[in-house]
Amino acid sequence: MATVAAGPHRGAPGFARRALTSDHLAGWLFVLPAVFLVALFSIFPIIWGFILSMQKASLLSPSRPFVGFDNYTHIANDPLARQAAVNAVYYTCLFVPISIIIALFLAIALNQKIRLIRFYRLAVFIPVAVSTIATGVMFMWVFDANFGLANWALGGVGLGPFGWFDSVSGAMPSLVIMTVWGWLGFDAIIYLAALQGVPHELVEAAAVDGASRWTIFRHVTLPLLGPATLLLVVWSTISAVQLFDEVFFITRGGPLGRTSVPVYYIYRLAFTSSYGFSAAGYAAALAYVLFVVILILTLVQFWLGNRVVHYSS
Amino acid sequence: MSLKHDVRATGAILPTRRTDDLRGEIGMVEKPRGRWLPFSPWHFVLMPAAIIMLVPLLWVVVTSLETLAQTQHFPPILWPGSFQWSNYPRAWSSVPFGTWFLNTIIVTVAVVISNLLFCSLAAYGFARIRFFGKTVAYFFLLATLMIPIQVVLIPTFLIVKQMHLIDTLGALIVPNLANVFGIFLLSQFFRTLPIELEEAARIDGASRLKVLFRIVLPLSLPALATLAVIQFLWTWNDFLWPLVTIFNDSHFTLQLGLMNFQGSHVNDTNLLMAGNVMSMLPMLILFIAAQRYFVRGIATQGLKG
Repeated sequence: MATVAAGPHRGAPGFARRALTSDHLAGWLFVLPAVFLVALFSIFPIIWGFILSMQKASLLSPSRPFVGFDNYTHIANDPLARQAAVNAVYYTCLFVPISIIIALFLAIALNQKIRLIRFYRLAVFIPVAVSTIATGVMFMWVFDANFGLANWALGGVGLGPFGWFDSVSGAMPSLVIMTVWGWLGFDAIIYLAALQGVPHELVEAAAVDGASRWTIFRHVTLPLLGPATLLLVVWSTISAVQLFDEVFFITRGGPLGRTSVPVYYIYRLAFTSSYGFSAAGYAAALAYVLFVVILILTLVQFWLGNRVVHYSS
Repeated sequence: MSLKHDVRATGAILPTRRTDDLRGEIGMVEKPRGRWLPFSPWHFVLMPAAIIMLVPLLWVVVTSLETLAQTQHFPPILWPGSFQWSNYPRAWSSVPFGTWFLNTIIVTVAVVISNLLFCSLAAYGFARIRFFGKTVAYFFLLATLMIPIQVVLIPTFLIVKQMHLIDTLGALIVPNLANVFGIFLLSQFFRTLPIELEEAARIDGASRLKVLFRIVLPLSLPALATLAVIQFLWTWNDFLWPLVTIFNDSHFTLQLGLMNFQGSHVNDTNLLMAGNVMSMLPMLILFIAAQRYFVRGIATQGLKG
């Protein structure tokens, strides 16, 4: 589209005027502030992070000797890194299927046109607004071993008492329960939006053909939820692998390192005195490995997903 | 889980229709069923689910109104006879909650406003102006959505340290002045607006800036509201970045303060829960008031802070 010359530049000589009124300059002026900020705080750091991962770096001193790929080879022999990886896999394998299956079920219920539906939706969605720390304070109390609501309620049906976050085998499942509570609303919103995108004609046509409710759900609705499910699997996996706030705040990686997850380990290496503030380079290398793992997981999930998922045109 | 920098390449997956408010919220009355129940059997699923979701929150509120002795009672006291409203002023004055609220408000408001401004400008450039390098620039921006926060955490810390912003509110504001999700959200929205109006204004001699501020933005209020509430949620609840950049408790945000408060009042459960209620309340009120924008923001992009 030809640019209409803007008022103030009308008297400028030919060349300067073209430059001032061209789309190129205007376009860049509009996007420049944001592009500059993103370049400075996202693109530049990702490059610098890779350089740091090949240095022996500390956040306190400016001297950062180059060590090549030593940091990366060290990861393979680091039992704490392996422990963090094992914990991340354990957490992810619990969190992703549990949260998505419950969310699907809830979203179907929340899609019914019944009384109180506004209240039900609000009840399920509301954890979206609660911060991880507030959730942590809340669940540390609900899961309190002595006075907590959970042990009391479960004791009523003959279960427990449980140690929850303090128990070696129970800490990770407790984190899973808490984070599922925190994420259900998010997942349910995505599923609900997808359910409402299911064309009415399809469901009606199937009903006219005499299909049962279950058949309609299994063969019409469920396939149409494929894209949303794929999104949620990818999404939940990414966030599960990056679990941090809850671990830092509640369990500090314990008991016995059973909840030490990758980002928590990276944080301790770079930002705490546990390793004398001197392991920032190694932490950067671990972060990069985690980044690549996340990329590969995402690509594999999309690749697998696209072979199963139907996209409606 | 801090997800600010996560993968957002999701526009391709969800059906691309603009998600309006989830239907069925207003004035829905069940059809008479004349079956074995006077109400829908779905209530058997939804009522327990709603209770399970709400009980932890209600339990926090109940505990915040109990005496210390009542909190240390088993079985738990579900309904204290008299309410200890004084727990709230006591919690408020035992730590600098006021300062933390103010810090969080300053940071959140600054970040939301700057995002609305910079993302609008950039989104308009990408949506409506043809210029050299646009496709490449847009691709690079979207690619940064794939970057998880922990990869850029250490270098960003060093950059902010170079700027002498560590342990100031600036450390929380400056790196978040613009984000790609906002650019993406707004430019997708701008593309759906009829271009004829803008062309007519240009022919009448209006500058591009004027077109943006006088025509495009007033038509984009729903999208701007969506961006504002999602950005507000992220910034208000952010934890990892403040954790590594802020040390002095006079510069704490609410999340850091709540963590600090929990550490110093582990056994004062009633005060702790009063503090927790106060920290959650603003976000909960905003969520209930602006639920449709949160839902729209999440449903179109799939995001949580």
